[in-house]
Amino acid sequence: MTYAIRTTTTAQPTLLEKVPPLSWALALLLLVMPLFASNFVLFQIFGWTFILGMIGLSLMFLAGYGGMVSLIQMTVGGLAGYMVAILGTSGVPTISLGWPWWLYIPVAILIAAVFGTLVGALAVRTEGIYTIMITLAIASAFFYFTRQNYGLFNGYTGFNRVVPPDLFGLDWRQATPFYYLTLTCAALSYFAVVYVARSPFGLALQGVRDNPRRMGALGFSVTAHRILAYTFSSVIAAVGGILLVWQNAQVSPGTAGIPQVIDILVIAVVGGIRRPIGPFIGALIYVLLRVYSPDVLLAFGLSGERFKLLIGLGFLVIVFFSPDGVLGLWEKYKARREKQADPLRGGRP
Amino acid sequence: MTLTQTRPGPVRNTAERLSSVSSGNALELRGVTKLFGALAAISDVTLTVRPGERRAVLGSNGAGKTTLFNCVTGDFLPTSGTIRLFGEDVTSFPAHERIRRGLRRTYQISLLFGGLTVADNVYLACRGVSRGRFSLLRPRINDVLVARATELIEAVHLTPARDTLVANLSYGQQRQLEIALALAGAPRFILFDEPAAGLSPTERAELVSILTGLPAHIGFIIIEHDMDVALRVAESVTMLHNGRVFKEGTPEEIENDAEVQELYLGNGHG
Repeated sequence: MTYAIRTTTTAQPTLLEKVPPLSWALALLLLVMPLFASNFVLFQIFGWTFILGMIGLSLMFLAGYGGMVSLIQMTVGGLAGYMVAILGTSGVPTISLGWPWWLYIPVAILIAAVFGTLVGALAVRTEGIYTIMITLAIASAFFYFTRQNYGLFNGYTGFNRVVPPDLFGLDWRQATPFYYLTLTCAALSYFAVVYVARSPFGLALQGVRDNPRRMGALGFSVTAHRILAYTFSSVIAAVGGILLVWQNAQVSPGTAGIPQVIDILVIAVVGGIRRPIGPFIGALIYVLLRVYSPDVLLAFGLSGERFKLLIGLGFLVIVFFSPDGVLGLWEKYKARREKQADPLRGGRP
Repeated sequence: MTLTQTRPGPVRNTAERLSSVSSGNALELRGVTKLFGALAAISDVTLTVRPGERRAVLGSNGAGKTTLFNCVTGDFLPTSGTIRLFGEDVTSFPAHERIRRGLRRTYQISLLFGGLTVADNVYLACRGVSRGRFSLLRPRINDVLVARATELIEAVHLTPARDTLVANLSYGQQRQLEIALALAGAPRFILFDEPAAGLSPTERAELVSILTGLPAHIGFIIIEHDMDVALRVAESVTMLHNGRVFKEGTPEEIENDAEVQELYLGNGHG
């Protein structure tokens, strides 16, 4: 028996063999990007893509592995951003406490994670459309609360001049440092999700998605797993939210308004909700449309403000052709090529 | 084989109550009733199974066999009555608490994790009844549970399909996987819900060999329409009819009982 296990383990491919060459090329390209890309592309296009991708990734973890479509992710990120402004420094010194960065960042993430967990504890008692409804309701409540609360959230104006701390003598809002900061956070979250998906917790979560009743009959507490999935995804969303606030140098109710909350769902679905890379692809498409569609529209003699029309149409087209998003399209294309290469389809391992 | 007691009266005094706790029965049902609206799927079922005993539950469709299982595993809470597992009152426990106490079950219609591989399914079953269910760390290569999962996969002859997605398995293979999931951890008592349904004659013979080959301390209840399977693996039989216990006895007694034959075997079964 032990012998059989050994043989299977030695057959495990090394990291170099397991990761396809395309992924290595992409990683290298992302690392050397600042050598040739403009500051605008680094800060506005890629910085924003990585941030929205992380918040989308937190939704992908819940929806793809846990089968729970949550609209609270942007709100969790927004709350973390607010906490950074309130606990750290901002342009509103009457409210901001001015804590040091090593204290306010972990506390902000912790508060956001506790909030996400509480929302999860409510939401996991519902299924499907009702999960969407309850999380959307809480997200709307948060939006209106922050807009009307002046004591803590500074109401309609929110907080300006919320910037990253000057670590290592660098201004982290400069294009290149900010690019590497967001790239690092995005890569860490991505690999954390990939890793956890194969851990007992991640496997159990996928079991809960496929068959909650059977998971109970295997000794798992289905409710506890679902709630902890919210906790895990909230941490990722919180980091994304803090980076978003640093990028804009401000946080206000609109940071986690209803359109922003729904955009996260669009990003995750357009990219593909089954695989962790999906939300990043979705985020890149979203950001490119957001940034360049006014120019495209103006070129056609239309009003530049109608960029949402293009995003909506893009969303419709992708979902119409592939419910699994862009990744689904890619997989369909790959499957067709394999089919053409091997008409019998029998010899493949 | 002695007949087990069918209907002990209500527990009258402390001494009797204590004796029922310490009796060491694997499973004890007293007056278990499950109502779905006005319909009594099972009514007033009292049943005692000793540790290591192998019991077959027979009955026509709608007799309440699967409802009985659902009440025992905690998929449903019974409307009234008590359920004891190894002497402990588990009537209001959720399913996962009962499973952690050594109860296992298989499902009539396979309830598996289609999006995961065979190895992952069995690994989950092993992990479900041990510590570290919430671990964020991947299992190490020499993880005891990974080794145990490999053994279980071999025990149900699924080694070639180890890395296949369960959704792509054949029906017979899915039934075999069901059994592997029920054997994970340290089962003390297993409920088999029609494990032979839909299997070929060869697969049935394999199933009988798996069931009779179980360690002697593991008792089970098996719901089975195939009398060849049921009467070969069981040492006692309970007949359910319209949600009530109709007869209990040894396989021979049940097979030769005139009423049972009329009710069950007479309709072209067996």
